[in-house]
Amino acid sequence: MTPYNPGADVIEVIRVPAPGPMHSTYRAFGATLKGMRTTFARIVEGPLTIQYPEEKTPVYPRFRGRHKLHRFEDTGLEKCVGCSLCAAACPADCIRVVAAENTPELRVSAGERYAAVYEINLSRCIFCGYCEVACPFDAITMGHDYEMSDYTRSDLIFTKEMLLAEPIERTPLRSEGE
Amino acid sequence: MIVIGDVNYFEPWWVQIVKALVIFGIAFAVLPLLTVYERKLLGRFQHRYGPNRVGPFGLMQPLAEIVKFATKEPFRPRTSIGYMFILAPAIAILTSVAALAILPFGNVQHIFGRTVGLYGIDVSIGPLYVFAFAGISFYGIMLGGWASGSKYSFLGSMRAAAQLISYEVSQGLALVGVVITAGTLSLTGIVGAQGGMWYIIPQFFGFLVFLTASFAETNRSPFDLVEADAELVGGYNTEYAGTGFVAYLFAEYVNMIVVSGIAVTMFLGGWMLPFGIHPPGWVDPIVVLVKMMLFITLFIWVRATLPRLRYDQLMSFGWKVLLPIATLNTLITAILVVR
Repeated sequence: MTPYNPGADVIEVIRVPAPGPMHSTYRAFGATLKGMRTTFARIVEGPLTIQYPEEKTPVYPRFRGRHKLHRFEDTGLEKCVGCSLCAAACPADCIRVVAAENTPELRVSAGERYAAVYEINLSRCIFCGYCEVACPFDAITMGHDYEMSDYTRSDLIFTKEMLLAEPIERTPLRSEGE
Repeated sequence: MIVIGDVNYFEPWWVQIVKALVIFGIAFAVLPLLTVYERKLLGRFQHRYGPNRVGPFGLMQPLAEIVKFATKEPFRPRTSIGYMFILAPAIAILTSVAALAILPFGNVQHIFGRTVGLYGIDVSIGPLYVFAFAGISFYGIMLGGWASGSKYSFLGSMRAAAQLISYEVSQGLALVGVVITAGTLSLTGIVGAQGGMWYIIPQFFGFLVFLTASFAETNRSPFDLVEADAELVGGYNTEYAGTGFVAYLFAEYVNMIVVSGIAVTMFLGGWMLPFGIHPPGWVDPIVVLVKMMLFITLFIWVRATLPRLRYDQLMSFGWKVLLPIATLNTLITAILVVR
């Protein structure tokens, strides 16, 4: 009689004899003690919780949070010239721009025109960042703030003044290698 | 006159009442802290903080929870049996508190010229008293689950009956070894007999069996099949809300205290300290409480670690492993002592 010779496609299962009473007792206690050691190691490591309202999760530099409008640092004029390219690029159609002419008496932006009305409806915004890409003057960028909940929908329509202002609380930025 | 406590000194009735109130008060002051302690420790075992919002370090959390539970609507299913549904949590909490009375927190002290034992009462049948009340406390769980008129509660209470009865056998047998060695059933006598060596060393297997059976007796993980939330919703207390639920919860924690107290008394030398240190009398309760906290920490540690057993595993473990070990331990102890 030839010995059983399984083909290459057959995976042979090697069955060890069932553990006896002593061995199984040892296995049970050993596994229990191992588990106890594992959980105790978690205490030694300490909690990993981020205490959210007090501590915030740091974000990456390219994180797309709430939009910001920018001014020129030297002259203080707005960068936005009211071209509405951001509104055209917006897939969610949440940006509304109404442009007006700059006059010598009232000079708001560096270009010919400026945005008299600049509103972003944050309840519709999907934070895709296309507005930032579309802007020819880098007037609008995505900031790092992610705490934008509010009580009514109309409070989520951010006006130009709100977008130009610095955020009330800064979101921590993730440090290198974190 | 019936002598239920064989003490060699006289305690007037008002001292007994004061003692009862103090023990009850301390137990019910410790209980809420214990719930916070358990949750915080469980959190640490899982990389979390646990409750830390209400009050300093979250210590006011139980207060907030009690307010929440007390303001819940008292609800019972239409199929339930009213008076039993209300009676069952009362039985559960009454029996577990009654067992507190015999835990010895210290030796006999002389306070203001009076001789006072730092325990509720020193009954001459110590462990039997505990098992008697543990036996009645099944009714709390059984009746609660049955009177709820819900199948999940009923399943939970049936499991409770089978589990508690089968593990009480091993638990009792584990203590018999200690009783034989000490030669007395009085808990203070047993502590006194451990002056030379704590019984955890000669009765190590008895200790292991007692500890394991205690997890089952107190319905704690890994033997918490009575309230296996995954299969039975919540077990015997599924239909309870508000104060009834709190009563069951408190009964479970009091049971935990009682079991740790019994373990400390029987195996860890009660109020005694090792290496021949003899502190003044007022340290005794602190020593006992610290030892009890060690046990409670172990309970929580095990809860954080071990998964729940399957029901047939639970039964076969109880009858095929624990009971033979406990019986052998008792037999060998008896042979060694009588010889």
